[in-house]
Amino acid sequence: MVATPAPEIASVAAAAAPLPPKKSESRGLGFHYSSFQALKNINMPIYENKVTALIGPSGCGKSTYLRCFNRMHDLYPGNRYEGNIMLYPDRTDILNPDVDPIEVRMRISMVFQKPNPFPKSIYENVAYGLRVRGERKRALLDEKVEEALRGAALWEEVKNRLDEPAFNLSGGQQQRLCIARALATDPEMLLFDEPTSALDPIATASIEQLLTELKEKVTILIVTHNMQQAARVSDYTAYMYLGELIEFDATDTIFIKPKNKQTEDYITGRFG
Amino acid sequence: MAEAAANIKKIRALIAAHKRWDLLFSLLGMLALMVGVLTFVALFGQMAVEGASRLSWDFFTNFPSRKPDQAGILSAWVGSTLVMLVTAATAVPLGVAAGIYLEEYAPRNWITDLIEINVTNLAGVPSIIYGLLALGLFVYGFGLGQSILTAGLTLGLLILPVVIVATREAIRAIPAAIREGAYALGATKWQTTADHILPYSLAGILTGVIIGMARAIGETAPVITIGALTFIAFLPSVPLTGDPPAGLFDWVMSPFTVMPIQMFNWTSRPEAAFHQNAAAAGLVLVVMTLSMNALAIYIRYRLRKNIKW
Repeated sequence: MVATPAPEIASVAAAAAPLPPKKSESRGLGFHYSSFQALKNINMPIYENKVTALIGPSGCGKSTYLRCFNRMHDLYPGNRYEGNIMLYPDRTDILNPDVDPIEVRMRISMVFQKPNPFPKSIYENVAYGLRVRGERKRALLDEKVEEALRGAALWEEVKNRLDEPAFNLSGGQQQRLCIARALATDPEMLLFDEPTSALDPIATASIEQLLTELKEKVTILIVTHNMQQAARVSDYTAYMYLGELIEFDATDTIFIKPKNKQTEDYITGRFG
Repeated sequence: MAEAAANIKKIRALIAAHKRWDLLFSLLGMLALMVGVLTFVALFGQMAVEGASRLSWDFFTNFPSRKPDQAGILSAWVGSTLVMLVTAATAVPLGVAAGIYLEEYAPRNWITDLIEINVTNLAGVPSIIYGLLALGLFVYGFGLGQSILTAGLTLGLLILPVVIVATREAIRAIPAAIREGAYALGATKWQTTADHILPYSLAGILTGVIIGMARAIGETAPVITIGALTFIAFLPSVPLTGDPPAGLFDWVMSPFTVMPIQMFNWTSRPEAAFHQNAAAAGLVLVVMTLSMNALAIYIRYRLRKNIKW
């Protein structure tokens, strides 16, 4: 195999502004679907309380990378990780086989591409993460559900119909419900896998607005197909291509003067 | 201008030619459908015409008799009902658990593949083979005798593959995104299964169970093989009425008969009046089966109302 060139992370360190603390760091991360290697030697940090966007053409491995963070690949046979993803401040290696994937998922929540509410009531959808943790006290559940729905900017729209089926909501509301569901358990990190690709522009705008509010409390990693979206919502951007990290830097740098020719071609629309 | 008109004419002729095939197939399809529907309607109609005059309250509350006009199906329908209870009580928990295990828990390897192929093939094993197995295993091996328990277990085994396959199909209909959503919140396999997989697949599972039961209620061969009686003039003790704890289950050890055997018995008599009884019993059996299917459709409708994938 050809040695992969070292991704250009150094530039971030060279910037004058002091760097925020790291929430996570990938080191030599590789991933294999059976015989196909989907990720190769990825090294990059995720900064605390920042939005980090993963961009790149279809099939570049950005969703695969995202799904490493909550060990989603463990659900299917034949998948194999290599390298580590450290989670700070406790320096847990998420990918360590001795670390229970359930523990990882309790710390890192995920919002999927297509809204996937459970066929239950709005209330039960948001409360499910707490129920999984064995929470039975109604008062505490009520409080947490309200807090999460407020956090997802959905409370005002649903507060009078919490017992209605979640499917009665519109697509954008369903996605915010899924965000509330992910928020209810106070995760340290939130993963978003193209959360607006199934939504109309208005719903998209409200989710983007939400992202910038949420980062006050939680570290966000988002995969997006839409470069304008990455530019609008993220603080850091990683450009991936064919399973490799081509460039990682502050979003402004990536979009204004990327160091790598490939990144520039992609950003300016000459490629992809 | 003329060229365009000619072109449109050509296109229309082409469409007309193609549509003739649509018409031809819809006629053929209708014909194929009618073969099935009309056969059923004719059989059912003949049975109804022949047996309807025998349907009365007495027919349901009388034991079989040597006199055709006094003979009834009391022991048969009670026997069928009790046997179905045992069948459901064994086939449902076993079949659903096996289906869930295969779909959610079993590792993907050749042993699982082998088990899957076996289960699918079991559904095609002739029912008399189950009867022979039950005769050796339940009647003699376990000493359960020619009882309701034996019949229920036998028919339970018979529909087990149907229940397993229905359970797996119902589980597979749940989108991966729902399963991933539960796991992503930190749910274990069992939490995901109990809180999501099972409730969302319940409609499909129940449909499969009822269709399996509808098959079991009409089964004759295995029940004859294990030695169901053809003439029985007493009822098993009413379930859950004997001296607790063992007495509650006295009924499962009773001898019994079932609807299709009662029918078979009357059909083989020379007197025409008994044939009328057989037709009436057949009518009741068909209605029992159809109402089970109707129940399946209703349950599916009710449970799926709030589930749209």
